[in-house]
Amino acid sequence: MNTDAAAADVNYLNNGRTIRSWLLTTDHKRIALLYLGSIILFFFVGGFFALMMRLELLSPDGDLVQADTYNKLFTMHGIVMIFFFLIPSIPAVLGNFLIPMMIGARDLAFPKLNLLSWYVFILGGSISIYVLAAGGLDTGWTFYAPFSTTYSTTKVAPAMLGIFITGFSSILTGLNFMITVHKMRAPGLTWFRLPLFVWSIYATSLVMVLGTPVLAITTLMVFFERMTGIGIFNPAIGGDPLLFQHLFWFYSHPAVYIMVLPSMGVVSELVATFARKQIFGYRFVAAASMAIAVYGFLVWGHHMFVSGQSVYAGMIFSILSYLVAIPSAVKVFNWTATLYKGRIWLQTPLLYAFGFIGLFTIGGLTGLFLAAMAVDVHLTDTYFVVAHFHYIMVGGAVMGFLGGLHYWWPKITGRMYPEGWARFSVLVLFVGFNLTFFPQFLLGYLGMPRRYYHYPPEFQVLNVLSTAGASILGIGYLLPMIYFAWSLKKGKLAGANPWGASGLEWQTPSPPPTENFPVTPAVVEEPYQYPSEEEVARA
Amino acid sequence: MPDHAMTAAVAHQFDDRDQQKEAGTLGMWLFLGTEILFFGGLFIAYCVYRIKFPAGFAAANEMMDVTLGGLNTGVLLLSSLTMALAVRSAQLGKRVSSFTLILVTMLFGLAFLGVKGIEYYHKFAEGLFPGEGFRFEGSLSRQAEVFFSLYFMMTGLHALHMIVGIGIMIVMAVMTWRGRFSPQYYSPVEIAGLYWHFVDIIWIFLFPLLYLIHVHT
Amino acid sequence: MQGLTSDHVVPLRVYFLVAIALFVLLALTIAVAHIDLGPFNIAAALAIAVVKMVLVVLFFMHVKYSSKLVALFAAGGVFWLAILFMFTLSDFLTR
Repeated sequence: MNTDAAAADVNYLNNGRTIRSWLLTTDHKRIALLYLGSIILFFFVGGFFALMMRLELLSPDGDLVQADTYNKLFTMHGIVMIFFFLIPSIPAVLGNFLIPMMIGARDLAFPKLNLLSWYVFILGGSISIYVLAAGGLDTGWTFYAPFSTTYSTTKVAPAMLGIFITGFSSILTGLNFMITVHKMRAPGLTWFRLPLFVWSIYATSLVMVLGTPVLAITTLMVFFERMTGIGIFNPAIGGDPLLFQHLFWFYSHPAVYIMVLPSMGVVSELVATFARKQIFGYRFVAAASMAIAVYGFLVWGHHMFVSGQSVYAGMIFSILSYLVAIPSAVKVFNWTATLYKGRIWLQTPLLYAFGFIGLFTIGGLTGLFLAAMAVDVHLTDTYFVVAHFHYIMVGGAVMGFLGGLHYWWPKITGRMYPEGWARFSVLVLFVGFNLTFFPQFLLGYLGMPRRYYHYPPEFQVLNVLSTAGASILGIGYLLPMIYFAWSLKKGKLAGANPWGASGLEWQTPSPPPTENFPVTPAVVEEPYQYPSEEEVARA
Repeated sequence: MPDHAMTAAVAHQFDDRDQQKEAGTLGMWLFLGTEILFFGGLFIAYCVYRIKFPAGFAAANEMMDVTLGGLNTGVLLLSSLTMALAVRSAQLGKRVSSFTLILVTMLFGLAFLGVKGIEYYHKFAEGLFPGEGFRFEGSLSRQAEVFFSLYFMMTGLHALHMIVGIGIMIVMAVMTWRGRFSPQYYSPVEIAGLYWHFVDIIWIFLFPLLYLIHVHT
Repeated sequence: MQGLTSDHVVPLRVYFLVAIALFVLLALTIAVAHIDLGPFNIAAALAIAVVKMVLVVLFFMHVKYSSKLVALFAAGGVFWLAILFMFTLSDFLTR
């Protein structure tokens, strides 16, 4: 079964070559690629806004764009990157592609719903592009009331509609994944024999399903407040803006776990494969994923320490925010323990995993700084916060995504990427990333506020470093796009299992046939059953 | 006439009909869970403002028609009964019975929407829709406007869900009439029923919260 | 394979009894609203609503005849809503 044969003659890529066969597909693997194309486009859009912001911040005065325009830049950068790139990224691309394969199924539980999810995503995205074209939004991605509901003159209502609709893509995808994992596992595949990537996607799906509806109702309330006289957040009639913040952050804090949990799942897979070892404390890592998902719902008030929220609520949220770091730390320790005395094979995906572990740790630790109310009073709304979340989102989540993309690229396309260029790109990314965002910790500590288009001259050096880093980072992102495209035609043929990895997805040809498995496999053992050192020595 | 029920396919991703039924049922329950949180955002808003503005809410409540609200609640409870009976008939292979009960359920739903329409008409005519045309006597007018903001959003969203529910019932009715269901395959009716009951449950909470705040004077 | 949702046919009697109970509770909730119980009015109204909900969930929605997983899913949404309520109120009630 586990052969190095060339790609199956008929695989999911060439099984139907018309546009119609792609746009009306219900094959989870094709839908994954539809998402991949879409989020790459959005990444460029969001990246463009980031570029404009960093160019403005090269000099202390506001001389490139006007203040109003700058407001729109950071708003649209946030909205596009969060809702249209990060949230869908790993779940909709890698999750869609891999979940059925990792559990030995022919497809997800609801393939048509899966396709609908993509169309809903495109619809929401199109409305947001319209908002962009019609002048953009200036409320910040957090669109706090009453500015968003009453005072902003930009296209808030359509933006709310766009986000509302996009949210359903997330909800339906999460629902699909959860039911799939519950009901479609192959015979013998008990919960504790699942790969950790599946655990993390399941945990992510829980968050998507339970958190996003609250964002949906919040956007709807803002929408109706803009379009009609309904004034749930309107201070003029007694509405409370803090109610908005509670509702908004109830989703938006767990949303960050939607963005990072899948990446953690990828890292677990990468570490196991490239250390040739069972994940240390598998059950603890699985439990930690669930703990993060559940626990992440209990901490949202740490975004509201200075909002006027009750101090007592603040204290509760602060303590809980400290505790939520624990399951993340458990994972980092377990990955480290897995690597220890492993037979390390230093390939690009593992380099991305290393990048994730290091940068996520920094991002996570700085989160603890911010979780301390007394410290947060000084650091909130400064660049310290910006650096903190970019370390997690970019240094963590995006690195995990790229690592996963490189790891599963042979399975998805049947081709290998060029290893030399790939390693070079990781290096460029790592350097560019740290140069961009580390100075921002310092800037925040020194007091530079976020969302400002100008700043006191003494902050210029650090800002220039940050912008320089951003251009290097940009190159680091472009390079993989180029060599991945190149590999589609010129890459080495990969074979079924170029990494010698465990896992059902590697039992199929690369690229896999449409139905994944001609016969449903049976699972008889725990995951990551790599031979130990002694067994290898004896062989 | 071919027995559609026996040839009702199991979708390709499933191994057998049981798995398909269970996946569908669990999927609907999960979706209803998301709906709980969706409406829940409005419920917490209601909760917060009722605590803040007890007098305003009580004053606004006097403009609510308890009779119509109570009637509507009764209509929905009846519709839940007929829906449950419709599922039962489908389970027993009773095509005509199931079809009739689905139709009756739909009619109850339409009756609900009709009454709601009358209520809305009155509210608009009395100037109780929030915004520029809002008219409310007395110092509690702003608080009352918050109440009515919530009233219209909550009942409006609920009514929208009713409309979708009626649409689903139309589909179920057509499929039932065409003999698509049988004791071996009736889960779409059951799953549609879950959605319908959920919409009823939302109203079970909306009624006391919106209509029965301050009935005693 | 033991199904999640059994094909158990609920007797007509059960459905009608539940329906009657629901109407009794509806009458009760309206009646209680006419009595001034101060802060307990809202508590009573909610309690009655919860009982009605439980009846609909258990019998009309068949949770009583379904597996624990279904019950877990049914309860999960409510539990999560409780989180939203508790923590939001922890702010508003302690200002």
